[in-house]
Amino acid sequence: MQLTLEFGGGLELLCDSVKIHQVNVDPQDGEKKLTMKQLLGWVRSNLIKERPEMFMKGDSVRPGVLVLVNDCDWELSGQLDTTLDEKDVVVFISTLHGG
Amino acid sequence: MESNGNMAAAEILRQIESLKAEKTKIEQQISSLESQLHQLNPHINNLKPNEEANSNSFHAPLVSDLDYDFGHGLSPDMIYRYSRQLILPSFGVQAQSKLLKSSVLVIGAGGLGSPALLYLAACGIGRIGIVDHDVVELNNLHRQIIHAESYIGRSKVESAAAACRAINSTVEIVEHKEAFRTTNALEIMKKYEIVIDATDNVPSRYLINDCCVVLGKPLISGAALGLEGQLTVYNYNGGPCYRCLFPTPPPTTACQRCADSGVLGVVPGVIGCLQALEAIKVASAIGDPLSGRMLLFDALSGRIRVVKIRGSSLQCEACGENAITPEQFREMDYEIFTQTPLNTAPLKLKLLPADARISSKEYHEKFVKGEEHVLVDVRPAHHYKIVSLPKSINIPFSSLEARLPEISAALGKKSNEDKVPGTTAGSSPSLYVVCRRGNDSQRAVQYLHKMGFTSAKDIVGGIEAWTQDVDPKFPTY
Repeated sequence: MQLTLEFGGGLELLCDSVKIHQVNVDPQDGEKKLTMKQLLGWVRSNLIKERPEMFMKGDSVRPGVLVLVNDCDWELSGQLDTTLDEKDVVVFISTLHGG
Repeated sequence: MESNGNMAAAEILRQIESLKAEKTKIEQQISSLESQLHQLNPHINNLKPNEEANSNSFHAPLVSDLDYDFGHGLSPDMIYRYSRQLILPSFGVQAQSKLLKSSVLVIGAGGLGSPALLYLAACGIGRIGIVDHDVVELNNLHRQIIHAESYIGRSKVESAAAACRAINSTVEIVEHKEAFRTTNALEIMKKYEIVIDATDNVPSRYLINDCCVVLGKPLISGAALGLEGQLTVYNYNGGPCYRCLFPTPPPTTACQRCADSGVLGVVPGVIGCLQALEAIKVASAIGDPLSGRMLLFDALSGRIRVVKIRGSSLQCEACGENAITPEQFREMDYEIFTQTPLNTAPLKLKLLPADARISSKEYHEKFVKGEEHVLVDVRPAHHYKIVSLPKSINIPFSSLEARLPEISAALGKKSNEDKVPGTTAGSSPSLYVVCRRGNDSQRAVQYLHKMGFTSAKDIVGGIEAWTQDVDPKFPTY
């Protein structure tokens, strides 16, 4: 399944400073749909090059990271259980505090 | 000669300062007299004394006895000043009247607060409060555009207030020259309708959010770092508060500061302008404020994305079913909650014993004596390009592990140089490590010790200490 993954707010530093990644990820273990939970695991092992603790905590993202599926907060679509479709855009953005 | 020149310049500067102070005072008197005049007779207030004198020779019949009532309370001056937004169909005189009666508290007169304050004063917000405890520094001016060179070393609040009054002497500017804390927050904020968070740290963001929840104030929250910015309106129209979105504070290692990571001045400028815009929308009840939505600005790619965020949460510890009370708020310790100090002074680690460290002065003595040594600067390469100490080699902390052989090689080369006849043979050259402020250099020395470079020492306080204690002419950044 083709997905666009974007990292922002400094999270891109964890993946070689590349913000936009066009990736192919398929559902695992004979499941029909790819869930955000699976995608997070995939991102952690395939895209995150350093300090994984700056991206994840437990099996979710660390506090202070917003996850957006097609420009919508993943809290509104079921968080880790959100299922993804072909060509979906998933954004991981760290909240900023500077001013 | 030079000192004479300096004294003359100092005297001129003193005179300029005193004249400026007088000017401000006179301007304040004028504006106060003008407002008295407005109140006495709202129909003749557009006539300046000079104009009256000039028009004596050609005396038109006095029409000022006619009574006008437009029903919106705007004076002729106000109508003229705000005319370009009054003739906007979607804004109009109704919206302007609301602005004139509204009040906005801007917390932080820095990169975000600067443009926000300028626009709020210019557009005619009735009362504007400014909170900040900091003073203006030269390295603020590239982004904190409300402050001028002449205010370096002076209070940011004073500086910002003067700039706002210079643009619009008819709005009331209230100066709060103090840090925003649980002890004064409720007292300060309750006098305002709308709050703008233009601070630069995590504990302040939680503190301001909770205070807004307690007092039921809409919170226009902006943030910027590097080349990115974020903006949303919290605690408004059923939308979430900051804690609904971020119930748990981020780890301290994930909180970068402009002083460490850098920021392009115009980026907070863009976000600050948008904060002013959202405040104007809320104050005048026009349009759709960014509640329940967040604007993400990426300067490099030139993209702005507006995303939908969650609504307010019943489980929220600030605004949920068990909402925070004023008493609980006063007792909160936001530094402990976020594990981050409220003051943004740079971190000063103490990882090494005294005998593994050397002061910048001691290092300078060894340098002058010509003691054989290798100086490794562990700052990132783009920092090293700005300034560096003589004869240092740059091996950024992040690549130290991979580049250890370079250090061995440098030490080996020096120790060969040492074996020139007549010098003390066998003494291996010393290894010193420096960074910007003396934190990474300690981490690097810890690692070097572990890897067998047991004589490595770090220079306490980094190149900042070099400037402070050895050579004031060495540039800081």
